[in-house]
Amino acid sequence: MTETSLNAFKGTAEQKQKLDEVISKHKDMPGALLPVLQEAQGIYGYLPIEVQQMVADGLDVSLSEVYGVATFYSQFSLTPKGKHRISVCLGTACYVKGADKILEKLETKLGIKSGECTPDGLFSIDSCRCVGACGLAPVMMIDDEVYGKLTPDMIDGILDKYIKEGDNA
Amino acid sequence: MTLEKLNEIKKAHEQIVAVRKLVAEEGEKLAKETGYRKQVLVCGGTGCTSSGSKKVLAALDKALKDNGLEDEILVVRTGCFGLCSLGPIMIVYPEGSFYSQATPEGVERIVKEHLKDGNVVKDLLYSETVHADGSILSLSETDFYRKQMRVALRNCGVIDPENIEEYIAEDGYQALAKVLTEMTPDDVINEVLNSGLRGRGGGGFPTGRKWSFAKASQSDVKYVCCNADEGDPGAFMDRSILEGDPQCIIEAMTIAGYAIGANKGFVYVRAEYPIAVQRLQIAIEQAKEYGFLGKNIFGSGFDFDMEIRLGAGAFVCGEETALMTSIEGNRGEPRPRPPFPAVKGLFGKPTVLNNVETYANIAQIILKGSDWFKSIGTPGSPGTKVFALGGKITNVGLVEIPMGTTLREIVEEIGGGIPNGKKFKAAQTGGPSGGCIPAEHIDTPIDYDSLLALGSMMGSGGMIILDEDTCMVDISKFYLEFTVDESCGKCTPCRVGTRRLLQVLDKITSGKGEMEDLDKIYELANHMQSSSLCALGQTAPNPVLSTLNYFKDEYLAHIQDKTCPAGVCKALTKYEIVADKCKGCTLCARNCPVGAISGTVKQPHIIDQDKCIKCGLCLQNCKFNAVITK
Repeated sequence: MTETSLNAFKGTAEQKQKLDEVISKHKDMPGALLPVLQEAQGIYGYLPIEVQQMVADGLDVSLSEVYGVATFYSQFSLTPKGKHRISVCLGTACYVKGADKILEKLETKLGIKSGECTPDGLFSIDSCRCVGACGLAPVMMIDDEVYGKLTPDMIDGILDKYIKEGDNA
Repeated sequence: MTLEKLNEIKKAHEQIVAVRKLVAEEGEKLAKETGYRKQVLVCGGTGCTSSGSKKVLAALDKALKDNGLEDEILVVRTGCFGLCSLGPIMIVYPEGSFYSQATPEGVERIVKEHLKDGNVVKDLLYSETVHADGSILSLSETDFYRKQMRVALRNCGVIDPENIEEYIAEDGYQALAKVLTEMTPDDVINEVLNSGLRGRGGGGFPTGRKWSFAKASQSDVKYVCCNADEGDPGAFMDRSILEGDPQCIIEAMTIAGYAIGANKGFVYVRAEYPIAVQRLQIAIEQAKEYGFLGKNIFGSGFDFDMEIRLGAGAFVCGEETALMTSIEGNRGEPRPRPPFPAVKGLFGKPTVLNNVETYANIAQIILKGSDWFKSIGTPGSPGTKVFALGGKITNVGLVEIPMGTTLREIVEEIGGGIPNGKKFKAAQTGGPSGGCIPAEHIDTPIDYDSLLALGSMMGSGGMIILDEDTCMVDISKFYLEFTVDESCGKCTPCRVGTRRLLQVLDKITSGKGEMEDLDKIYELANHMQSSSLCALGQTAPNPVLSTLNYFKDEYLAHIQDKTCPAGVCKALTKYEIVADKCKGCTLCARNCPVGAISGTVKQPHIIDQDKCIKCGLCLQNCKFNAVITK
């Protein structure tokens, strides 16, 4: 899959309408850009330049300002993420308990690096700084599910669940 | 809302909550009066939710219905109890039976055997609470809780955070009522000033002084902000307070608003804390509904309103000016001070910004008085501090202790020591801005000033315990990687300095270090400390300086002997097979991804060091401990 086809923006009219609602709701609020971008990412899953342009137009700010904010915060992604987003905690508590080995195992198993998405679009891997579940270190999140007290050999079993789910769908 | 109405609600609910604090006969007597024979508290904090407390709750509801007990037993979903590694946690009152690592299957037994038939299910209790003779300790008698003193966490794990009436039952909003009906703004500030309360977010600046500066600033509009952007990886006390007792933050911010003359508050919370955000949102709505937020609170003519703003994953936004820039909708970059936020803060207006845990102390100070607060802790650091105890320690979790408690008490008594018989090496406090306290200082009483004297800092209260398997050079590198990632890039000393410092550490851990590198570290650190714009850059060298100070021998081992004593740094680690222990099972050879291991079945195997990529799979797979690192 080439980069252009992977990144080609495919927004729907329904998504656009939702975004317009968000923009008009926040338009007069001081400091609206951040909350609007957060909701926009919730609608589209990521913030491609087309969405940033819509936000800029809607809030009457420059595209460079929107881009500046979108690239500053690690929560925002300018590229699409996998259907299942894996987030490995690399906070201190997890790190001293071997979180780097969990990340390594995921990277080898899926053949992608942290920050990337598998070619089939099923998984993407990111690292994050502390989800606050330090009692269960090391932890990772897949979508909203937290997996704690991990060891590298648990990874295969956990991922298989999501792969099988994909096969059945 | 009036004081009479407040007291009415308090009266209606205080018995129910009081059952959770009494044990034995007294509790039982009280429980009968409340109409609920027993109460089951289930932790709904992030830790326990991650380990499955939702499933436990669902199983509990079902089992209660199946046994026809739903009208006699009250189920309460609380915030964090503190013992996160034992989750999901479930406590049954009035007995105070502490069930740990609850499962849906276990819950069925507990409902049948304990709640229905009245026999505590001993084999499911937290083992520390069961004595050899079969007698059962209450939670407050266990080593983990005995030395603790709960002020900021007083309601966490006690009340239902989504029910404002339970908060009111525990003296909630009494402080606000007192402030608005009996005290002037100056009285409030003097009380806080006199308490000696210092900012719990890191720096330890006296809270009362912050408030008095903001009050002195003349402006038509002022703001009160709460810093809940808990960025220190490994700290989760602010999250737990928001999840377990969100109303106390609303009450304290309203008090701060009255004291400085502000009518609007903002809570800046990390987006990574969905449960905390949701509970705070519910709490704000309830506070509005009951008239604790809004117009003319307690008939005093004082108005206050607040809203939540979500962070978006930038550590630097924990810095006060960056946080405000972020609320304003911009890149969260810090700005030079002065002017300080108390003069020119959010949207250019005078602003008070305090951390969650700081606010959690305010209502108690107003109600019990500053002299009470000063009687706890040390003269320079009154009160308690919450620590998130993590890393290589048996009881991972949240602990609140009086300032001045020694590190030894925290590690050995509350924390239950180091697991697997390993040796305590150091405690890291203050996260990426802090340093470590080595074993030789384990008897130091912990407060703001003693930590600074040791070259660390309080920080927000993350305390990561390190054992002999931790490489101190590697851990410094870990923190530097963090600050490189999180440096906002606005000022050069921090943006470039962190990167160069990391390069030096990389060089050392990959076996290419030279003695001059240590001088370079000191020089770079000096520049960063003196010329960075904000605390992120100024304190970024601390983890390196602190480990270099206490563990210089480890740095020297990496540089001169080209070895990593803890066996962590890959480039300096050699994997070898001990011939005596090797049974020739071939498991290592089959798992080696590069075919570096050779040998015949039932004969000792050998690792070809030239081919080895040091992935460690042989060590992980060996069942006979025959693979060692050197």
